[in-house]
Amino acid sequence: MANLSLHQLTKSYGTTEVLHGISLDVADGEFVVLVGPSGCGKSTTLRMIAGLEETTSGIIEIGGREVNNLEPKERDIAMVFQNYAIYPHMSVKKNIAFGLRSSKLPKADKEKRIQEVAGILDMVPLLDRKPSQLSGGQRQRVAIGRAMVRDPAVFLFDEPLSNLDAQLRTQMRLEIKKLHQRVGNTIIFVTHDQVEAMTMADRIVIMKDGYIQQVGTPEEVFHKPANTFVARFIGAPSMNLLEGRVSGGAVSLGAGPEVRVPALRKSGGDVLLGVRPDDLHPGSGNPIVTGTVSLREPLGSETLIYVDTALGEITAKADGRTPPEVGATVELGAEPQNLHVFDKSSGEALT
Amino acid sequence: MVAAPDVPRASAEALLRSEPAKRPRNMGQILRWLLLFIGGILMVMPIAYMISTSLKWPHEVYNVNLIPEEPTIENYTYVLEDGRFYWWFVNSIIIATITTICNLLFDSLVGYTLCKFRFPGRTIVFIAILSTLMIPTEMLVIPWYLMSQSFGWLDSYWGIMFPGLMTAFGTFLMKQFFESVPDDFIEAARIDGLNELQIWWTVAMPLVKPALAALAIFVFLGNWTAFLWPLIVTNSVDMYTIPVGLSGFGDEADVAWELIMTGAAISTIPTLVVFLIFQRFIIRGVVMAGLKG
Ligand SMILES: Nc1ncnc2c1ncn2[C@@H]1O[C@H](COP(=O)(O)OP(=O)(O)OP(=O)(O)O)[C@@H](O)[C@H]1O
Ligand SMILES: [Mg+2]
Repeated sequence: MANLSLHQLTKSYGTTEVLHGISLDVADGEFVVLVGPSGCGKSTTLRMIAGLEETTSGIIEIGGREVNNLEPKERDIAMVFQNYAIYPHMSVKKNIAFGLRSSKLPKADKEKRIQEVAGILDMVPLLDRKPSQLSGGQRQRVAIGRAMVRDPAVFLFDEPLSNLDAQLRTQMRLEIKKLHQRVGNTIIFVTHDQVEAMTMADRIVIMKDGYIQQVGTPEEVFHKPANTFVARFIGAPSMNLLEGRVSGGAVSLGAGPEVRVPALRKSGGDVLLGVRPDDLHPGSGNPIVTGTVSLREPLGSETLIYVDTALGEITAKADGRTPPEVGATVELGAEPQNLHVFDKSSGEALT
Repeated sequence: MVAAPDVPRASAEALLRSEPAKRPRNMGQILRWLLLFIGGILMVMPIAYMISTSLKWPHEVYNVNLIPEEPTIENYTYVLEDGRFYWWFVNSIIIATITTICNLLFDSLVGYTLCKFRFPGRTIVFIAILSTLMIPTEMLVIPWYLMSQSFGWLDSYWGIMFPGLMTAFGTFLMKQFFESVPDDFIEAARIDGLNELQIWWTVAMPLVKPALAALAIFVFLGNWTAFLWPLIVTNSVDMYTIPVGLSGFGDEADVAWELIMTGAAISTIPTLVVFLIFQRFIIRGVVMAGLKG
C-alpha cells in the first residue's frame, strides 16, 4: 500500500498535447475516481501511472519513489481493463495465478493466496472453468482477482464496469467498494459515469480536455462545483444555468426578480446563476423565475417538470402527487443557499 | 419436421424425407448438390487413379479402367523393400518437420513484432518482406544454388531446407492474425511482469493457434511436395526427397508409373496425419472468449 502523487504530468502525441500538467496527490488507501467526458485523457493518465504509456514530462511517484523510468512490473501496481483481458486459453485459476508469476513466494503460499482471493471474490467453485464458460460479471471478477492476488500498492481500474448491464454494474460497484474497504489498497478508478464516480469515490477528480477541473469529495463537487463544467457534469438532471447580471449582493435575471445570493464574491458584471432541478420547486418561498410547464416526467415520488421561461427551458422538480398540469404557469423558487453563481466568461464559481 | 425443407442447407436426410409435393422448391438444392457432386468427382478421380494404378501390373498401366483386372500388391512390396524409398521418406519427414517448426517460430516471431511494436522502418520492413512474395521460385533457384555452392551446402539437409525456413507468406499470415489479439492482453501481461518474449510465447501464441495450425499444414504440404529446388540441390540418391526420388523410378525408356503411383500413395499418409492433427486446432473464436461477452 502506498500513496501516489503526480506532479505536472503532461502527455503529447506527436505535436498535440493531450494532457496539460496534471497534478494530484492520492493518500495511502484512498479510493480516487477520475471522471470526465470521452477523450478528456483519463485513460492516458491511468496508463501513464501504469507505465504503459511514456510520460512526456512531469513526475509520477508511488510510495514516495519516482517510477517514471520503471517498467510496469516494477511499479507495484495492478490494472483491470475495460475488456477484462483475461486469457481465454487459461482456466480461471491459471488466470488468477498469472498475477503471481513473477512473485517469489513459495508454491504453497501462492496456492493459499489464490484460494484466499477466490474466496473473497466468491469464485471458488469456478476456479476450473475457462473464461468462455463465465458470465460478463464473473469474467470481470476474474480480472479483479488477477489484480488482487499480487496485493499491489495501487490498483488501477479503467472503466471496468462499462461492458456490464445496468443491474450488474450497480452490483459490481458495491462489490468493488466493499472490496476496497476490506483490502484497503489505494485505488485509482476511471469512469465516464458520474453516478459511478459519486457512489464509489473517496475523492473525485473531474477532468476535461486534458485539464483537471476540480478535485474533491463527492459532497464538495456536488455542492460546491468549481466551475460551470463541473456543475453541469455532476448530478442528473443537469444544473440549470441562467444568464444574469450582478449588482450589489444580488443577481438580476432579465425580466425576473432580483435574487439575493449569500457570499457572492463579485459586485458587478455578467454571470450565470446555477440551480439544480432538485433544489428548484414550483411555488416555493424564494421565487426566481416564472414560466409555463411544457412537459412532465413522473419519477414516482417526484415529478420532473420542464418549464418554458423567458430565460430558456428550465428543469425543476415538483411534488409526485399533485404536480402542475402541462400548460400551467408556475413560479419556480429555490433556497438562497442552494444557488450557485459563476462568472459568465470564465465559468469559475463566484460563491 | 415442418421446418426442415426451409433450412437453406438441409441435410441429405431432410431432403429425402421431404414430400413429393415440395420437390420443386428444392430444385435449387438439387442443382447445388449436383454441382458439389461433380466437383467431388473431379477431386477424387486423380486419387482414385493413383490408387488404382498402384494396384496394377505394368502391362495394364495404360488402360483407363479404374478397377484393375488383376489387382496386385506387388508394387507396394517392391517399393517398401527398395531401400531408396525408405531413405527418401525419412529425408522428406525430417525436412518437412524441421521446416514447419522453424516457420511456426520465425514467421510468428517476425509477424508479432511487425504487428505489435511501433519502431522506425516498420512499414518498410513489412513491405520488403511482402515484396519477396512477387518473386517466383524459378528465379531464385539459381542464386540459391550459387549460394549453396559457395557455402558448401550442396547435397545436404541444410541446403534443401534453408530457403524455406521462414516465408514471407507465413509472416504476413501471422501478422494479420496477431492483429486480432487485443493489445489489452499484452499490456495486462506486461503489468503481470512478463518480458516481451514470454508475452509472445505464453499469451499471444496460444491465441493464434488456429493460424499456427493452418500455417503448419501449408508449410508441411508445401515442403512435402516441393520438387524443383530439392531436385537441383541434391546429387546423391540418398539425399533425395520423395518427389525427386519418385520421378526417377523406371529407366530412360520407360517411366514406371505403377511404382511412382505406389510411392505417391504411400507418401500421402504423413500429409493426412499432419492434416488430421492440426485441423483440430482450427477453431475460430478462441481469441474473443477472454474479452467482453
Ligand atoms: N495513440 C494516440 N495517438 C494520438 N492521440 C491519442 C492516442 N491515444 C489517445 N489519444 C488522444 O488523447 C486524448 C485522451 O485520450 P484518452 O484515451 O485518455 O481519453 P479517455 O478520457 O480515456 O476517453 P474515453 O472515456 O473515451 O475512454 C484523446 O483526445 C485521444 O484522441
Ligand atoms: Mg478511456
